Amino acid sequence: MVDVPLDTFGGLPPPEVPDVDLYHPKSWVTKYVFSQDAKVIAIQYSATAMSIGLLALVLSWLMRLQLGFPSIFSFIDATAYYQFVTMHGMMMVVYVLTALFLGGFGNYLIPLMVGARDMVFPYANMLSYWLYLLAVVILLASFFVPGGPTGAGWTLYPPQAILSGTPGRDWGIMLMLISLIIFIIGFTMGGLNYVVTVLQARARGMTLMRMPLTVWGIFTASFMALLAFPALLVGAVMMLFDRLLGTSFFMPSLVEMGEHLSYGGGSPILFQHLFWFFGHPEVYIVALPAFGIVSDLISVHARKNIFGYRMMVWAILAIGALSFVVWAHHMYVSGMNPYFGFFFATSTLIIAVPTAIKIYNWVLTLWRGNIRLTLPMLFALAFIVTFINGGLTGLFLGNVVVDVPLSDTMFVVAHFHMVMGVAPVLAIFGAIYHWYPKVTGRMLDETLGRIHFWITFLGAYLIFFPMHYLGLMGVPRRYHEMGEMAFVPQSAQTLNAFITVMALIVGTAQMVFFFNVVWSYFKGKPAGHNPWEAASLEWQTPETPPPHGNWGRELPVVYRWAYDYSVPGAASDFVPQNQPVASRPASDEDR
Amino acid sequence: MSSIILFLVVIGTIGAWWLSKQRLMAKPWLEEGIHGGFPGLESSPVPASKIGLGIFLAVVGALFALLISAYSMRMQMSDWRPVPNQTMLWPVTGLLVMSGAALEWAKVAARTRDLEALKAALVAAGLFALAFLAGQLLVLRRLTEVGLVLTNNPANSFFFLIIGLHGLHILGGLVALGRTIYKTHRTRDPDRLRLSVSLCATYWHFLLAVWLVLFALLTGWAEDFVAICRQLLT
Ligand code: HEM
Ligand SMILES: [Cu+2]
Repeated sequence: MVDVPLDTFGGLPPPEVPDVDLYHPKSWVTKYVFSQDAKVIAIQYSATAMSIGLLALVLSWLMRLQLGFPSIFSFIDATAYYQFVTMHGMMMVVYVLTALFLGGFGNYLIPLMVGARDMVFPYANMLSYWLYLLAVVILLASFFVPGGPTGAGWTLYPPQAILSGTPGRDWGIMLMLISLIIFIIGFTMGGLNYVVTVLQARARGMTLMRMPLTVWGIFTASFMALLAFPALLVGAVMMLFDRLLGTSFFMPSLVEMGEHLSYGGGSPILFQHLFWFFGHPEVYIVALPAFGIVSDLISVHARKNIFGYRMMVWAILAIGALSFVVWAHHMYVSGMNPYFGFFFATSTLIIAVPTAIKIYNWVLTLWRGNIRLTLPMLFALAFIVTFINGGLTGLFLGNVVVDVPLSDTMFVVAHFHMVMGVAPVLAIFGAIYHWYPKVTGRMLDETLGRIHFWITFLGAYLIFFPMHYLGLMGVPRRYHEMGEMAFVPQSAQTLNAFITVMALIVGTAQMVFFFNVVWSYFKGKPAGHNPWEAASLEWQTPETPPPHGNWGRELPVVYRWAYDYSVPGAASDFVPQNQPVASRPASDEDR
Repeated sequence: MSSIILFLVVIGTIGAWWLSKQRLMAKPWLEEGIHGGFPGLESSPVPASKIGLGIFLAVVGALFALLISAYSMRMQMSDWRPVPNQTMLWPVTGLLVMSGAALEWAKVAARTRDLEALKAALVAAGLFALAFLAGQLLVLRRLTEVGLVLTNNPANSFFFLIIGLHGLHILGGLVALGRTIYKTHRTRDPDRLRLSVSLCATYWHFLLAVWLVLFALLTGWAEDFVAICRQLLT
């Protein structure tokens, strides 16, 4: 078994690894397809997730076309609309963002950033990707089964999810649940790798408090995901039982088309608890890696150490812990005990504190920094702005009295797209522009990048800002058509058409990015080992792109944290983590 | 949702205890060099797979804690008719205990480098575990025979679901155990198997503990306990 040699490392990897102990791929297939190298797995994860992302984007176009120009596209009827909403939401949240941040960035960056040769369980890591791919294939298969994919909304609330009025009730919902179950099993294999690699495979000298915040973010998020996903698993299994075998875990007694169904007594609220026990942490599973990445981008491109590193770490941990006790804020309208409502509203607002700390620290890091407005920096700044924006509307929605009238309006759609749609995507783009040179050895093209940035950033605001306004007017979400709603003025329709046009433009502009990624791979400017002059370990590999095993014969030794920029008195404006401590002229202190 | 919260508190406490030893108060910007505090130098290193198993067990624990939460929430609905006591579950539980005991024996055999005993112990553990699974199936068969099928009451549904999910975890364990048995036939040196054997044993004991909790839940003792907890909470 391949994971054996690494087992013998114990807590402290020996500096040198005999060649035989490194797992060596034997053929093209084991090198690039069934690869156990975390870097290849990372690319596989990212490519798959981005393809799904494109599909989800197209689905959002179709929805927008219907909303902006109702009843022009006859194939987008109410059924199709619900299916698009559902698949778009579920794909984006689970199959794109989670997979990209943890499976993609986690796999690539964790071993390199902590100075390991690879993940600790490479075989499980490989299985993780292939299970993910299987889950994706099953999910996509639901587009081709009779009845099409499920239209239950990404929250999949029973009872409607499995009643005959809901699109995809026959096959779609089952494929969705099975796909989720497989995804979770696959993720668990990957997640164990990410966590244990951070715990056990760090290079000598890499204390936890010397790890870059990216690693802290991904580490905490992985741990949270490991504990949160089981809730979705339990919910999915139980719903599958209800659908397939006729149990009544979630299904109350119902009359459908004049016929009494065999279900009885079940509790739909129970599913909501399970779903949101996963669903809320999920928001932070996406956000924490983004936080970490943005911290690192800001620090590197402002040539300053991150302000309040310790506080940043504590804030990540605090957010991670708190996010497990706020789930019911998604259920304010489900008729809960007001005291619970109060508890959950309070805990929700408390999360704002560590989050705000992070934002202050980013701003203070930028303060008087030597800011280089590179592409990663632009995206990082855009992330901060967008996150603040979405966070502020989140404070509105966290209050029961405000949430009740706004619940299920476009205001909510605007809010969550800001915090967990646009913001993480901006962080992902920033990260790609930042680490692409390490992955390929070439820079992404600057001009194309800037075009991509400005269209994406401004465009996202043009799409989602007006939605707040629509929501305040009372335009409901998940509505295929507005119909006769006296309270919605005609002008709302004009606004909707505008949003749709912007969505088409922004979506199309992403082609610039993909073109750039492909073009630069062949023709981009050679990047060298460390184009950004960054101090963290992944930029100090002897070869770029890093080969299998990452570090050549000898593992790095870490002498300092990852943020030594503009150190007074240092020779250059950054000091790599693995640079030995300069032998100062002997002073009294040393003797 | 109280049992999952309780579980998270336990996990959180372990996490906090671990973090408290990680020098989170350190000021990394002031510390240069490799002095002090990096893992594994002074303390005895724990193999990665042990840590991995520990975290995996936390995941499995969360899964069952959530199931128990769901169980106790669903139980409060008016249509709940508890499953009559299944005395068969007692001897079946005994089989799982035996299986775990055999693995303890295997651990000793691996430590004393007794390859033959090791092989026997591992096979015995596997057989006991298989017998346990068969016993569970038999219990479920009996239930269906007296008309308590999966669908006719939520209590039955949970009974089947919980036993099924627990059984799946045992099956997964059997795969790992099978691999270990396979390895005993390929090596002459039991020392190399010590880690695998002890991982199997840990997993088995954990599943036994989970089973005991589930057993208590399914036979209704846990109900009284849950009732007390609920009173304490309200
Ligand atoms: C150009 C980008 C995007 C556009 C134009 C867009 C548009 C939309 C639209 C029109 C809806 C349906 C609103 C309704 O009728 O209720 C929707 C729902 C949703 N979107 Fe997006 N979206 C985009 C990106 C994203 C991203 C990156 C995420 C990742 C988190 C995301 C997550 C969701 C979710 C979770 C839903 C709710 C699905 C449901 O109600 O079940 N979207 N989006
Ligand atoms: Cu939430």
